[in-house]
Amino acid sequence: MFKRVLAVMLFSIAALAQPAVADAGRVPKPTPTIETPGQCVAPVEEMRRNHMEMLKHQRNRTMRMGERDTKVSLNGCIQCHASKINGSVLGSRDNFCEACHAYAAVKLDCWDCHQPKANYKATASAPPTMGLKP
Amino acid sequence: MSDSKNTRRGFLAASATMAAGLGFVAIAPGIRLIEAASAQGKLASSKVRYGLLIDSNKCKSDCDACVGACATENGIVEKVANPRQRAQWIRKINLVETSTGKTHSLPMMCQHCAKPPCVDVCPTGASFKRADGIVLVDRHICIGCRYCMMACPYKARSFGHQALTTQNPEVPRGQGCVEACTFCVQRVDRGLKPACVEACTNGAMIFGDLNDPNSDIYKRIREVSSRQVRADLKLDTGVRYQGI
Repeated sequence: MFKRVLAVMLFSIAALAQPAVADAGRVPKPTPTIETPGQCVAPVEEMRRNHMEMLKHQRNRTMRMGERDTKVSLNGCIQCHASKINGSVLGSRDNFCEACHAYAAVKLDCWDCHQPKANYKATASAPPTMGLKP
Repeated sequence: MSDSKNTRRGFLAASATMAAGLGFVAIAPGIRLIEAASAQGKLASSKVRYGLLIDSNKCKSDCDACVGACATENGIVEKVANPRQRAQWIRKINLVETSTGKTHSLPMMCQHCAKPPCVDVCPTGASFKRADGIVLVDRHICIGCRYCMMACPYKARSFGHQALTTQNPEVPRGQGCVEACTFCVQRVDRGLKPACVEACTNGAMIFGDLNDPNSDIYKRIREVSSRQVRADLKLDTGVRYQGI
């Protein structure tokens, strides 16, 4: 009888300990560095939920209709939120875009084409420029 | 029946008003029209037709300032292993009249056709013409099939063969998409001239609105004889050449 009680007790302790072990193994919540807090184009909650829709909407207007210098803009995000350490919104779990996107496992395609660094200017020497041989 | 219609309309109007207060308009469940910036900025207008007149008599064969300016403005500075894969938004070509030996030098780039074959063949709608006549590639939906490169009679388009990190912020470029001269759309939208035109110290390039009677290019193409390259294709190009 005693043995059975002990077994049940041990089992319950193990069962109680389970969530604590699982919590410890979880990926830590993202902690992006916000370089200029409190000045975004919309409240934080709306930005968290809708930034992708806002950017997608604006990208089509800018691309197709030539609307420039708008409130919503990807370059605007970068200007404010690029890290002061490496000048980029990417690079580590502290950088603004990468922090949450790495946590949520949402792949960022933006930076395949867009420049993630603020105030970047292409300066490398231009390639040989004269035309193709006829 | 009319009652239910009115109710529905009323509901939509009310929800739109409520949503507008929050900064966006619900046009359907889950689809919202964000109004944030809609009133700002000037949009490309179909009253405008941007064009370029190039005087090959003034263009010097040993000068490639336009090509260099294009590379700097558009961030075409990457090193490529295979020179045949280098992006060429603009290139200088020399023409030789075989019977007389007379040579012409001129820059060749996207001709910004009014009836662009690249747009006709694009299977996704990525290749498109803006209202003001500038032909662009929407990289967000370009799948890199390169039909447009085959369709273009001017060989104006290039393909991004390698991943890039040296893009200029206003000129996104990347691997797996087709790209070409944009008339420096990021400058034109702000009222500036394309980088090549600004860099041309020989005065061989005039950029402007082909529809605006007060523009230099409008007056010029009515004074001098200019040609469209491959005019036989009836593409109505925006880039015109004088002296060829």
